[in-house]
Amino acid sequence: MQPAAAAAPDGCLLEARHISKSFPGVAALDDVSLRVDVGTVHALIGENGAGKSTLMKIIAGIVPADSGELRLSGRTLLLESPRQALASGIAMIHQELNLMPSMSIAENIWIGREPVNAFGMIDHRELARRTRALLERLQIDLDPHTVVGTLPIARRQLVEIAKALSHQSQLLIMDEPTSALSERDAAHLFAIIRELKSQGKAVLYITHRMDELWEIADEVSVLRDGRYIGTERPGNLTREQLIRMMVGRELARIFPQERSAPGPVLLAARGLTLHPHFRDVSFELHAGEILGVAGLIGAGRSKLAEALFGVAPADGGRLWIEGAEIAVDSPCTAVGRGMAFLTEDRKETGCFLTLDVLDNLEIAVLNRNFVRLGFVRGAAVTRACADMSRQVRIKTPGLHAPIANLSGGNQQKVLIGRWLLTGPKILILDEPTRGIDVGAKAEIHQLIAQLAAQGAAVLMISSELPEILGMSHRIMVMREGRVTGMLERDQADQERIMALAAQ
Amino acid sequence: MPQATVQQSEPSLAASHPRRTRTWPPEASIFLVLVGLALAFELLGWIFVHQSFLLNEQRLVVMILQVAVIGIIAIGVTQVIITGGIDLSSGSVVALTAMVAASLAQSADAVHPVYPSLTDLPVIVPVLAGLTVGAAAGLLNGTLIARTAIPPFIATLGVMVTARGLAKWYTRGQPVSLLTDAYADIGSGAVPVMIFLAAALIFHVALRYTRYGKFTYAIGSNPQAARVSGINVARHLLIVYTVAGALSGLAGIVTSARAESGQAGMGMMYELDAIAAAVIGGASLSGGVGRITGTVIGTLILGVVTSGFTFLRIDAYYQEIVKGGIIVAAVIADQYRRRARDPRAIN
Repeated sequence: MQPAAAAAPDGCLLEARHISKSFPGVAALDDVSLRVDVGTVHALIGENGAGKSTLMKIIAGIVPADSGELRLSGRTLLLESPRQALASGIAMIHQELNLMPSMSIAENIWIGREPVNAFGMIDHRELARRTRALLERLQIDLDPHTVVGTLPIARRQLVEIAKALSHQSQLLIMDEPTSALSERDAAHLFAIIRELKSQGKAVLYITHRMDELWEIADEVSVLRDGRYIGTERPGNLTREQLIRMMVGRELARIFPQERSAPGPVLLAARGLTLHPHFRDVSFELHAGEILGVAGLIGAGRSKLAEALFGVAPADGGRLWIEGAEIAVDSPCTAVGRGMAFLTEDRKETGCFLTLDVLDNLEIAVLNRNFVRLGFVRGAAVTRACADMSRQVRIKTPGLHAPIANLSGGNQQKVLIGRWLLTGPKILILDEPTRGIDVGAKAEIHQLIAQLAAQGAAVLMISSELPEILGMSHRIMVMREGRVTGMLERDQADQERIMALAAQ
Repeated sequence: MPQATVQQSEPSLAASHPRRTRTWPPEASIFLVLVGLALAFELLGWIFVHQSFLLNEQRLVVMILQVAVIGIIAIGVTQVIITGGIDLSSGSVVALTAMVAASLAQSADAVHPVYPSLTDLPVIVPVLAGLTVGAAAGLLNGTLIARTAIPPFIATLGVMVTARGLAKWYTRGQPVSLLTDAYADIGSGAVPVMIFLAAALIFHVALRYTRYGKFTYAIGSNPQAARVSGINVARHLLIVYTVAGALSGLAGIVTSARAESGQAGMGMMYELDAIAAAVIGGASLSGGVGRITGTVIGTLILGVVTSGFTFLRIDAYYQEIVKGGIIVAAVIADQYRRRARDPRAIN
């Protein structure tokens, strides 16, 4: 099929009518209708589990709908595979990027469609030429021969976009494209999206970052609990109205107010270094304090967190926990000293996706508690996990549900619960609310503040400035592996932080 | 907690979807395959050889005896597979332990005993020696994998070749025979089956109800997340491979006791049967999935197929051809099952 260039006379590119879908144990979509016009950015928002990703997947041909109809440029679409969707002009950029890390940018973009020479062999020169042309058109400054695995996540996303556009797509579906991006990279992405818009392409855009809506979206549709709530122009709505549409209730405050007086130093670092990621990092972390760590992607913040926790131990500098100098050579040691670490990548370093919610909750605490003579005290640990599940408000059909069936936000709550069960004194949180909806976000913020109020020391890395500003007592800013500033809460604002974070 | 968390309690998902999605244990389908195969042989038996397949006690006993050794190995291999690894050395370790254990189990009547001064030892000596040799081979596997980070496939392939070589070198290829009666008893009657079932029970419990089991699944499911959760992954892998080696050693003891001799060619290709039993029983080679009950059923399926083909007087060549097909079919079925269970992250 040729990509359908012509839109229906009324400017409608894609129309979804009465789409319903259910999964075993989870209601996903209930009679949802949606319309995307040519040359517009249509944002789709809603809490975790609202059905956004499912709707996207149906439109992209990844999962079939139980009922309902899709129309593209006025014609009914019957999608049985992502391949068909691509051929019809619909491309999806996944939240978890689907690139092959060991292959080059050019190979990734044209995989399965490589130009061949007279002998049927891949024509590498032509491949590179096409890729360069494509990247130039998007003003992406990357060498086609670069191996994708060596690129930071923001760059990989750009490769994904280029790949989608190489299919002559009319409709681009982006699933939380900015969740892993720093503000600067996000701005670059928006420039590209505007360019696409001016070329008459439409973008269906899922996001959890509400500020983006006013910046990039022409229309915004809200889903809640699998149902369609409404579509509006962002300009006609206030933030509060949008949140109300999403959660169906008023959230009085986004950020918690509990503040506690900082106590004794629990964690101290002096001259901490890990080549080539960060150098000479020194700070003190007090009991009852939330220390925010701001910076752009690639500033070395996540590597610092990994070094503090022993995942990738530092190769220079000294570390003290509660006044005693210690070499944290493995996460084992760190956990033994009362540390907890919520990693930035749920899927890669967090969840045990083949196991159930209970297994995922209990695993970290089994090293210290709930075990007698090697045997797990099943009843006790189940009770503790059930309590924790209620405390952090995990939405699940039960503790024995596979964690793979939970939404991203609920998986994150499971991981937080896993660490809270160990009763940590020092918490390291790397992007604790990435890819999480407003309601769950507020709950997680509340939990973090509460832990600090109870005397835990919290080091929180975040790429969302409002989160950093709203949560932290002090803010450490990093740039290119170095600490460029340490701000008290009342001296910090967005401009100051960005000035320290960017060059 | 104030404010944000004081929301009206939403109807929980459990309430709107009261039906449980998994009422059958994952082994149910594989058990049906076992029953189906047995009934098929029963039917074919009446048609072609005019006998009952199942109503022959002796045949069933022989069948279970034959697969008991594979089953013992498969219990260890299942645990290795759950961690996301593989053990190719089992068959060779069977041979090596059979040689070492037999050499310490010879009676005074032996013509040229391996250790002339060490004959008629109490049975515990060869048994402990065999278990130790097996565990040592497993420890070597584990050390290579956990400390040098070479893939389990390569590490255990190396140990497989080396252990077979050691088994031959041990007596310069000579078989070790004339073993004590007490040692031979380990392989006689229902003893091998009892050992198999006891080992199955112990490790079924260990996997389901102990920290050892929880860590084994966690490591196989996501080794990085396991490490971040504070699990000492390297040490745990060492333990799992050692356990698997010791079980191979146990299988070597049973094999040599049953044959009343130790031979360097024993246990040839047993590792593949054991892996097949685990995989047929639902263990996933990508790790994090597998159960001992499934492996026991998988072992019995292998036994039924072998015994059934012999019963129908079908050539041994065909047996292997069909066995290969069954293994592949089991893995395909497993893939479908997993796809059905996992609707992919919902949002």
